[in-house]
Amino acid sequence: MILVALLLILMIGGLLGWLLSSVNKNIPKWISLIALCTDLVLVAGLWIENAGNVNLSGKGGWIADVQFEWIPSFGSTIHFGMDGISLVMTALTFFLGIAAVLSSWKNVEKSEGFYHFNIMWLLAGITGVFLSLDMMLFYFFWEIMLVPMFFIITIWGHENRKYAGWKFFLFTQIGGLMMLLSILGLYFLHGYNTGAYTFDYFQLLGTAPGGALGFWLMAGFLIAFFVKLPTIPFHSWLPDAYTEAPVAGSVIVAALMSKTAAYGLLRFVIPFFPEAARSFAIPGLIIGVAAILYGAKMSYGQRNYKRLIAFSSFSHMGFIVVGVFSFNALAYQGVLMLMVAHGLSIAALFIISEFVYDRTRTMDMQAMGSFWDQMPNLGGYTVVFIMSSLGLPGLANFVAEFLILAGAWQFNTVLSVLATMGLIVSVTYSMRILQKVFHQSKAPVEYKLNPMSPREWVVMGGITIAIVWLGFFPQSVIGIAQPAFDNIKTIQVAEKISPQMQKQTYTLNQVKAVSKTEQKGGDL
Amino acid sequence: MLWLIPALPLVGFLILALFGTSMPRKMVPVIGAGLVGIAALLTIIIGIDFIGKNTPGYFFEQHLWTWFSIGKFHPEMTLHFDSLSMTFTFVITFVGFLIHLYSAEFMKDDAGYSRFFAYMNLFTFSMLLLVLANDLLLLYLGWEGVGLCSFLLIGFWYNDKKDAEKNAYAARKSFLITRIGDTAMIIGLFLLVKDFGTLNIREILTEAPSQWTTNSYEAVLATLLLLGGACGKSAQLPLQTWLPDAMAGPSPVSAMIHAATMVTAGVYLLARTHVLYEIAPSVQLIVAIIGTATLFIGSCAALAQNDIKRVLAYSTISQIGYMFLAIGVGAYSAAIFHFVIHAFFKALLFLAAGAVILALHHEHNMFKMGGLRKKMPVVFWTFLFGSAALSSIPLITAGFYSKDAIMWFAFASVKGSTWLWIVSIIAAFLTSLYTFRMVFLTFFGEEKTKPSYKPGAAIKIPLVVLGILSLIAGFIELPHNFGHFTLFSDFLNTTLPAVVLLPNPAAGEFALQATAGILALIGVYLAWQFYIKKPQPLQQFKYGSGSGLFRFLNEGWMFDRLYDFLFVKPLVWLSKIDERDFVDRIYGGIGHLNLMMNAAFSKSQNGKLRHYLLGLGIGAFIILTLILVL
Repeated sequence: MILVALLLILMIGGLLGWLLSSVNKNIPKWISLIALCTDLVLVAGLWIENAGNVNLSGKGGWIADVQFEWIPSFGSTIHFGMDGISLVMTALTFFLGIAAVLSSWKNVEKSEGFYHFNIMWLLAGITGVFLSLDMMLFYFFWEIMLVPMFFIITIWGHENRKYAGWKFFLFTQIGGLMMLLSILGLYFLHGYNTGAYTFDYFQLLGTAPGGALGFWLMAGFLIAFFVKLPTIPFHSWLPDAYTEAPVAGSVIVAALMSKTAAYGLLRFVIPFFPEAARSFAIPGLIIGVAAILYGAKMSYGQRNYKRLIAFSSFSHMGFIVVGVFSFNALAYQGVLMLMVAHGLSIAALFIISEFVYDRTRTMDMQAMGSFWDQMPNLGGYTVVFIMSSLGLPGLANFVAEFLILAGAWQFNTVLSVLATMGLIVSVTYSMRILQKVFHQSKAPVEYKLNPMSPREWVVMGGITIAIVWLGFFPQSVIGIAQPAFDNIKTIQVAEKISPQMQKQTYTLNQVKAVSKTEQKGGDL
Repeated sequence: MLWLIPALPLVGFLILALFGTSMPRKMVPVIGAGLVGIAALLTIIIGIDFIGKNTPGYFFEQHLWTWFSIGKFHPEMTLHFDSLSMTFTFVITFVGFLIHLYSAEFMKDDAGYSRFFAYMNLFTFSMLLLVLANDLLLLYLGWEGVGLCSFLLIGFWYNDKKDAEKNAYAARKSFLITRIGDTAMIIGLFLLVKDFGTLNIREILTEAPSQWTTNSYEAVLATLLLLGGACGKSAQLPLQTWLPDAMAGPSPVSAMIHAATMVTAGVYLLARTHVLYEIAPSVQLIVAIIGTATLFIGSCAALAQNDIKRVLAYSTISQIGYMFLAIGVGAYSAAIFHFVIHAFFKALLFLAAGAVILALHHEHNMFKMGGLRKKMPVVFWTFLFGSAALSSIPLITAGFYSKDAIMWFAFASVKGSTWLWIVSIIAAFLTSLYTFRMVFLTFFGEEKTKPSYKPGAAIKIPLVVLGILSLIAGFIELPHNFGHFTLFSDFLNTTLPAVVLLPNPAAGEFALQATAGILALIGVYLAWQFYIKKPQPLQQFKYGSGSGLFRFLNEGWMFDRLYDFLFVKPLVWLSKIDERDFVDRIYGGIGHLNLMMNAAFSKSQNGKLRHYLLGLGIGAFIILTLILVL
């Protein structure tokens, strides 16, 4: 029940804020804040309760699970479930939701009520995606994310917001439709094979055949997730959407919405299509590596602060693709860790860009410089987040990138070395933010930069604590997610030995070779 | 109690970072330097206890917590203390404390007083973590932390009126170049994870000899990659170019980077993982060759510098080269011995140079100094002691004993060779030449700039302590023909193996020592001759026929230009082309195509009946033709 409560609190909070905004325009933001804090407390309770994870393995890794009837004629139910992965991701959603609300505390110039309604429903959509275990329900939440985000960009965005909003909408919508086709394909395939037409996640596991059909069914999911992530070659909407969105929008789209795609890869693509995913491993790794390097290259060339961060985010998403297609316990843990770490660091960087924009009304880095003089504290925080994003040990991102790359090395040496080059190039563009904005020569224009306000301290301090904590105690995430990953692994192994699968796609020898490599990789 | 040693500077950093700007200025050095001082005292207390128990293979560990654990792979936060770690910890805390003490006065009037001490404390913490780690991943944490702090400190004067861009460039360069080495190193760690399933140093070192065969592919690759990391941090060929530029930071920072922390990290890593290098002797030979090449290149370049700090920078590159050479020929304890002595005299030289620079209104050019001998006697005498140690003036200086040991082992060890010895002795001669060139230009001759500042006690005390150590510290380890007193190597040999000598080397140790000693003295004499007595011929050479050579050496063998041409320019060019992202254009193109089609079709709907009829006719014709033909 708690899972439904999490969603309802957000949705009702959004509606309530909208309705009451006519009474006082400050009400919506307080309602949003309270709703998100309540949710965060609830999830934190679950986290602490299950931190030992001893009893989790017994339940197959599932912490909470709830199912209602929805559309029986379609075989679709309202089925929510939470394992370690979804627990971590929902906690991140609420935490960064609070940061997003606080960072746009003062800057919403029109229709606060509707703005906060959109934020809350957007967060509800994301939470729903992390919790759904019914494909129809999943698709429903996947689409719910889209519309509020579109409004946030086109109504409250910067100068070029209309273009960015439409571009975002078209790309993600087309990707979503591809996924719908694949979901329906799985649905009918399962119904045809077994006679039971159902959208249930667990029932559909093991439905997909290998070979061409399995590959094309997977491709639908892959396209949707690759667009949302985004990765090469579907990233073209990203710089515009990230840059033009208002700060809360940038934070949510970069830190949370992209993670729904990463989550989808782990939750659906790998378990549904183990064979097809493995056959796609090398192209997948190449896409990931290309995204890392190309994103870094694009990032270095930018002079707009937000665009630079946007491309750096694109580059980091490449690591997630590399991790997912490394089929390795280290890399999978690394992917989850990176989802959290990147979410925190990229959100913080976008929020800093907003704090700077607040004071200077510009995003052009050429017009900045030596801001440390007047804002040493913000500069100090920037050092932390820049260092986190370039993978300094002791901060969260390092653990993630290390695990992904160490895992990838065991799968494919050459590509993992190329991906590791990302660690070098990330220095070049990250340093530019820090040095161009906070160090180096004075800005051509004199700005009066106020020191940080208490609200800004809370946001920055909170994220810093989280990043440092995860850098030194990543076990708090890794431990709780471990049973869930064990699950994914057993699913894969079970698929490998089912006899009908061998006949359909692989000769016996090939299967042996595949499972051998997996054993090698899975040793750790 | 061991955990307190790194924890104290960390606490100092946190206090200064959070409350540094709001606390009274006087409290800043009390916390910044005081906590490092307590850590140094603690090291000595723990060290005395440790020396009593030190037997071969003895160590103790303190488990703090497990970093993370996935399957078999569970890197820990565990501190490891043995004779090697203890030596490094002692130097870091003790020399580090003296540098902190000196900075209390040196940085007194700087706006970023508390920021400076915060960074310095974080620097000390990272370096301590590096040498106390029992796991390569934890070592890597310290390793990168050191890089971050050096970046922050080199670019410390970020808003300098004249040099803001230059400082930022130097900071960026140091971080980027060491990061290249670090990336090689972390790839090496991936390899170790795959082969051993752990990064625990002790486990790897015990398992490696049984798992890897001599010069096997994995052993060679792993050691080469780790060597890459060591070259980056220790400024060895081909990643040495960041160090001379790192002089942009305040002088105590240079002392910190060159003596107590940072550049010696590579030496530590190689000594710590020496077992792997024993399995890959061909890579160990590469270490020796890199060390020898670097020490030669560094000492030549030092000869052509005008900036007093750049002379010292190139001399560091060259001295670390000696340490690499020692490790390359298997003389680990000699390398560590030279590290200790080098830390004393190099910290001293930088601190004294800093005092000179401060007194002369931030003048770095030696040719604008001179005659300071009388005006700043304490600085002069201590600087002279340090220079004597650097040039290894025989018998009376510590540098003689440490460097001579390395050169002897380069010659007489089973892994050594006459060639290595010849190059290193030439470089030793050049060392005394450039060192005393610096001494004479700065402290002798006529006075060119008036000193405006008298150093106080906080500056003098560190100078005197380090000056005395530069002379007498060498007596803890004497060559065997001088009474064979081997306190230091006995202490270290509980962790590191002793060097294996050739059964009957071609020349006696005494002959080599005499050669080295005489060459060092000749170097001093030549420096006197060329820079004080008769400067004209050299001046003519410098501005006449030798100007090309001079410029070549002045720019450090033009490595910067080479890298600029090979890497920087192409990469910057690459980042500039296609700034608008061609992928975006493709999608934009699809959009335009749709609009064009829309325009084309809307044109056809023009309301003219004969156009419609024409369209119908053509359509019918095409369809009919198709039906008939097919």
